[in-house]
Amino acid sequence: MGALSLYTSVAGESSFMISTFYKFKLGGVELGIDSTHVAMLIVSVFIIIMAIIARVKINKVNATDTPGTFQNIIEMIVDMLGGMVDGIMGSNAYRFKNYISALFIFIIISNISGVFGLRPPTADYGVTLCLGLITFVLVQFNGIKKNKLGHFGALFQPIWFLFPINLIGEFAVPLSLSLRLFGNVMSGTVLMGLIYDLLGPYTVAYPSLLHAYFDIFSGCIQAYVFSMLTMVYVNDKIAD
Amino acid sequence: MNISGQEFISAMSAIGAGIAMIAGVGPGVGQGIAAGHGASAVGRNPGAQSQIQSTMLLGQAVAETTGLYGFAVAIILMFVKPFK
Repeated sequence: MGALSLYTSVAGESSFMISTFYKFKLGGVELGIDSTHVAMLIVSVFIIIMAIIARVKINKVNATDTPGTFQNIIEMIVDMLGGMVDGIMGSNAYRFKNYISALFIFIIISNISGVFGLRPPTADYGVTLCLGLITFVLVQFNGIKKNKLGHFGALFQPIWFLFPINLIGEFAVPLSLSLRLFGNVMSGTVLMGLIYDLLGPYTVAYPSLLHAYFDIFSGCIQAYVFSMLTMVYVNDKIAD
Repeated sequence: MNISGQEFISAMSAIGAGIAMIAGVGPGVGQGIAAGHGASAVGRNPGAQSQIQSTMLLGQAVAETTGLYGFAVAIILMFVKPFK
C-alpha cells in the first residue's frame, strides 16, 4: 500500500505535468483545454503584439531619425536571424528567411516562457511533433521541386539494397528533431517541478539560478539547434 | 508483506525508469569530447571561434539525441504508465 500511494502521489499531482482546465465533448470525443493551449495562446499573442508594434514603429520612422532602443533591438534581431539563414543557405536564403525566423522566435519565446510561470508549450510532444512534421514536409517538398523524380532516386543511391535504410533515415528526421526539442525542454520542466516541490512553501530565490540554465540557456541553444538543423536538412536537398 | 500485482508493476516501472536514464552516460562523454576538441580547435585557430562554436553546438545537440531517447522512455514509464 505504502509504495503505491507514494508513487501515485508523486506521479499524480506533480506541478510539471499537463493540467486540463476545461473539458468538453465534441461528437463523442472528449476534448479539453490544456495548459499547453493556454501557454501557446499567450506566446502567440505576445509575438503578434510585438510584431504589430514593431511594424507600426518602423512605418512611422524617417530615414533621418536617430533609431530608438526598441527599433535598435528589432533591427538587431532581424539582422541576426537573416545572417544566420544567409550563412547556411547562401543564395537560396531569401526563400526561407521568413519561415526560419518565425520558427526561431516561436521556439525561443516558448522555451523562455517557463521563466514567467507558464508550462512551456514545447514541453508537449504534440507541439514539437508538428514542428518536426513541418520541417519534414518542407524538406520533401523542396527536394521534389528541385530534383523532380531524382529526389526518390536518391533513396537508392549508393546501392539499391540500401533503400530501406535510406527510407528510415528520411523518416527519422522529424522524429529526432521533435524528440530532441521535447526532451530538452521537458527535462528542464521536470527538474524545475521537482525542485519546486522539494521544499514546498520554503522555495525562495534559489530556483532562479536553475531557471537561468534550464529555461534561458538551454532554451536558446535548442531554438538555435532546431532552426539550424531545419536549414541544414533543407539545404541538403536544394544545394546546387 | 503482501505486494499486489499493481504495486509490483509500479515499483518495477520506477526501477526501469532509473535504468533507462543510464543512457545519459553516452551523450555526456560524447559532448565532453566534442567540447574538448572544440577548445583545442579554438586554441589552434582563434579567428574561427564563432564558426567552431556553432559547429560544436550542432554536433553536441545531435549527440544528445540518444540520451533524450532514454529520457523519453523514463518519462513514459513513470508518468504514462503503459503497463497496467
